[in-house]
Amino acid sequence: MKKLINDPQDVVAEALQGIEAAHPDLRVDHQHKIIYRGDAPRRDKVGIISGGGSGHEPLHGGFVGLGMLDAACAGEVFTSPVPDQMLAATKLVDGGAGVLHVVKNYTGDVMNFDMAAEMAAASGAQVLSVITDDDVAVQDSTWTAGRRGVGVTVLLEKIAGAAAEQGRTLEEVADIARQVNANGRSMGLALSSCTVPAAGKPTFDLGENEMELGVGIHGEPGRQRVPLATAREIAQMLVEPVLADLPFTNGNNVIAFVNGLGGTPLIELYVMFNEVNRILTAHGVQVARSLVGSYITSLDMAGTSVTLLKVGDELLSLWDAPVKTPALRWGA
Amino acid sequence: MDEAVGTAALDRWVRSFAVLVAENKDLLTDLDAAIGDGDHGTNMDRGMQAVVAALDDTPPVTASALLNKVGMTLVSTVGGASGPLFGTFFLRVGASLGDTAEISLAQLAAALRAGLEGIVARGKAEAGDKTIYDALAPAVNALDSAVSEDVDKADALKLALVAAESGRDATTPMLARKGRASYLGERSVGHQDPGATTVALLMAAATRASL
Repeated sequence: MKKLINDPQDVVAEALQGIEAAHPDLRVDHQHKIIYRGDAPRRDKVGIISGGGSGHEPLHGGFVGLGMLDAACAGEVFTSPVPDQMLAATKLVDGGAGVLHVVKNYTGDVMNFDMAAEMAAASGAQVLSVITDDDVAVQDSTWTAGRRGVGVTVLLEKIAGAAAEQGRTLEEVADIARQVNANGRSMGLALSSCTVPAAGKPTFDLGENEMELGVGIHGEPGRQRVPLATAREIAQMLVEPVLADLPFTNGNNVIAFVNGLGGTPLIELYVMFNEVNRILTAHGVQVARSLVGSYITSLDMAGTSVTLLKVGDELLSLWDAPVKTPALRWGA
Repeated sequence: MDEAVGTAALDRWVRSFAVLVAENKDLLTDLDAAIGDGDHGTNMDRGMQAVVAALDDTPPVTASALLNKVGMTLVSTVGGASGPLFGTFFLRVGASLGDTAEISLAQLAAALRAGLEGIVARGKAEAGDKTIYDALAPAVNALDSAVSEDVDKADALKLALVAAESGRDATTPMLARKGRASYLGERSVGHQDPGATTVALLMAAATRASL
């Protein structure tokens, strides 16, 4: 294992110290492993918190700031945070207008956030939760834990964050968030496995000439293992199932998000975006906005995911609204 | 008997469970690596060490206070799905026992039934999903039968352990329908469920502690 770490046990705590040192606008509660806005709580603004296992950076801590999240809870690598953390974060950001919990659909995350929401409600806080489950690679939702929350989470945190910043109510912000999840779909592909620092060895084996199609962001298995292909063929394998699922059709406007999983260079993501754009154009799907880069990652995994979000004027204007976070920043 | 007897038995149960989890940490982690994310043993051991430390720190007086402390400590330290599930189990068992002075078999059966219902409410698992439920439900059913047949408590605990172990073994051919293992589909068949394995340890600890 070759990693820029000191001790595998200290990775999360030391990364949080680094975030605090690098971003003076943010604060870190080291005991609860929470990154939060320096100006929290904002009076009469809906607070938005998220969280999950670490190893997906910049998700979620890199999205804390103006126009996006108010706080993010960091779990151990690939392990959900515990309810105490979400409860503490809820209290930190509650400015009197209630708090929205953004939860990715993984069994552990959902249960821990459920308990936190119950505890927060018991202490008088007003909390609503929205779950993201946009991964079309999970085909059998009835007999599994359901679709996983992946790329749509990034777009949802940006758009819901803008809605909260405009002073909308908790119900309204939650509605916007649900609308984003309902209109977004994703699928990913791994070119390599990833190595959890505490494990010290790759999570799964992938041959030199193989790819895992439909991989999850913790290295969960996908739809199938296939031979290595060109970017053009890979774009086809990812975009077609995403388009067919919603479905996205001729005349739709979308935000197209080509994401890197952590170990893939930006130049390759642009090669991918070019292919994705060609396919969308051929289907008459209009790319209204784009996002290209590594925003929801799986440690050092090489690979990509494609997320499409169908948008109208309202979601688009919320997307364009100012944002100032470590990982996303425009208009502010 | 006075109040301390019930609490002392619960304390022995929890500490025996901690010892068994520590002894089987690698086994639990290996089982989880096959169909999950390979941290069940490590996470449960970390949680139970924290539980023992919390009990040493301020020994609770009543049954409900003791199990409340166990549950809250697990919820706060284990993470993943096991923290909320085992944490909820102990919280519900504690709430059911209340401040009972001596734990009768009927009270114990009712309390473990409440714990099982808490796990179902939290995890939405059903029989055959290849989860904790598949070992715990048979154990609770065995206790209920023992109550109606007026079996001695020590023998009832042994029957519950046998039922939990059979339930654990029965998870091997099952297809996982909950948690991370469910994404494996057919590939989850042929592996024993780590959570069900931990439940068998929990029932083994109950017999050791003469709960």
